[in-house]
Amino acid sequence: MTYASSKTKESRVTQSGEILFEDVSKTFESEQIPAVDSISLQVAAGDLVVFLGPSGSGKTTLLKMVNRLYEPTSGKIWIGNEDIQRLPLNDLRRQIGYVIQQVGLFPHMTVKKNISVVPRLLDWEKNQIQSRVEMLLELTGLPNTYLERYPNQLSGGEQQRVGLARALAADPDILLMDEPFAALDAINRERLQKELLRLHCKLDKTILFVTHDVEEALLLADKIAVLQKGKLVQYDTPIDLVTKPKNSFIKELVGTNNILRRLSLVSIKSVVKAQDHESLRKNPVNQGADLFPAISTGEDLRSALSLLLSSGSDYLRVEDSSGTAQGLISMDDLRKMLMSDNLAEKKKCDEISD
Amino acid sequence: MRYLINNLDLVSALFIQHLQLTLMVLFFALIIGIPLGLALARVKWLQGPVMSVLGIIYTIPSLSFFVLLIPIFGLGTTPAVVALTAYAQLLLVRNWLVGLTSINPAILEAARGMGMSGWQRFWQVEFPLALPMLLVGVRLVMLSSIGIGTIAAFINAGGLGVLLFEGVITANYNKIFTGALAVTVLSLIANYGIRALEQRAEKSIHGSQVKY
Repeated sequence: MTYASSKTKESRVTQSGEILFEDVSKTFESEQIPAVDSISLQVAAGDLVVFLGPSGSGKTTLLKMVNRLYEPTSGKIWIGNEDIQRLPLNDLRRQIGYVIQQVGLFPHMTVKKNISVVPRLLDWEKNQIQSRVEMLLELTGLPNTYLERYPNQLSGGEQQRVGLARALAADPDILLMDEPFAALDAINRERLQKELLRLHCKLDKTILFVTHDVEEALLLADKIAVLQKGKLVQYDTPIDLVTKPKNSFIKELVGTNNILRRLSLVSIKSVVKAQDHESLRKNPVNQGADLFPAISTGEDLRSALSLLLSSGSDYLRVEDSSGTAQGLISMDDLRKMLMSDNLAEKKKCDEISD
Repeated sequence: MRYLINNLDLVSALFIQHLQLTLMVLFFALIIGIPLGLALARVKWLQGPVMSVLGIIYTIPSLSFFVLLIPIFGLGTTPAVVALTAYAQLLLVRNWLVGLTSINPAILEAARGMGMSGWQRFWQVEFPLALPMLLVGVRLVMLSSIGIGTIAAFINAGGLGVLLFEGVITANYNKIFTGALAVTVLSLIANYGIRALEQRAEKSIHGSQVKY
């Protein structure tokens, strides 16, 4: 990948994954009410930010202004130090990955041709394209034998993997994803969500992700921007959104009163760390702890609760990925955690073993 | 049959003349029709008026159309080509336009979002995807031009129509039969030849159907 990116970096019109929306509004010609109403928002480089809201909230419009499929009526969008309005349109688009719900693969091109569209637009060399395509197939979990297949020979999930590979082809700093998993069945959606998390942790791309699915937003996001009728209502981390909703709309949307959802946002690791050493001494890890069911540090508290209930045990033994015991966790810890205000956020990349 | 064998030179010369006339019509029809169809696909409000005009042209009886053009272009091939090209526009533009406008908008949005220029989008995406429908139009233009082209013999444009008109005037049924047979053969060749191209284009946009 570094091989691929080193050649093209110099010709890039932007050098950063940081995105700044500055008082951005968009009113479509045929409408009176703005679709996006003076939104200001800063996205740190490398963050996965979800635009969440019901249909008609302006989330897709906001997204499409980043690769200028729509132009803002007023306001500015900056990528790094560049005002994107001043950049050559197609150069800008070629270095922003774009994934849409309907995938939009070119039916007359093979998987390989589809993935290499942008590199070919950028005049990469043939063998460079070949190695890049093979690398992307592996990255998105598709077998090498798919290179010469056509999109209609792939399942919906596989097609969206190709769509993702195509968006990553020219190694962009920024990835725009417009409800990419909404059309998939539940099993494939969950699988691809996990893959995306893994890729995000591995590749360090700024990702803007549009969805109306709260669960998906809470699972994926570093930060969530909740939109309602074109306005930005709250921009916060998932846990802050759930525990400190700004108004009743958000409270209802994210399910603040939903205890299981709260638990699912906290990793076991943070609880074990929060336990004081006294309690650890009282519950010596090495004495009889083998009898308790084990749970990994990467899991969340909802899994812990479920295991506590199903096993009937009073304690769970917490292990890291290598199997070393880290401490114990009890029903009492879960209860304390729910009472406390300072829930540590689930660290998504902890779950990724490699 | 004997007429055909005895006059093979004449019949094949007329056959080739007829084919040339038809190909000339197709050539001019494509030169006008492809940009016209593209323009209609981009500027939607033009579709209604332009298609109605093409429809009205199509309803003009061929014989009177040929005759009407004689004062402007004189006798011979030119008025025939002009009239047939005008007829061809409806068949060609309608199918080409259907091909262009039935492309999944998500595909075009992806192409735009990835930074393809308008020209690149046309050559790499729109043209190959609309090609099967363009070929349907080409096939219809060929068939209708071969058919109506026989009447062009009346204004001295030559072609297989010569056999038919002469046969009718001299009540030579062998001549009529030979002319009709030759026109039919030409139509069948054109039809199946272009149909094969259509299928190839169709296959290439859907990928090979074989599942591994």
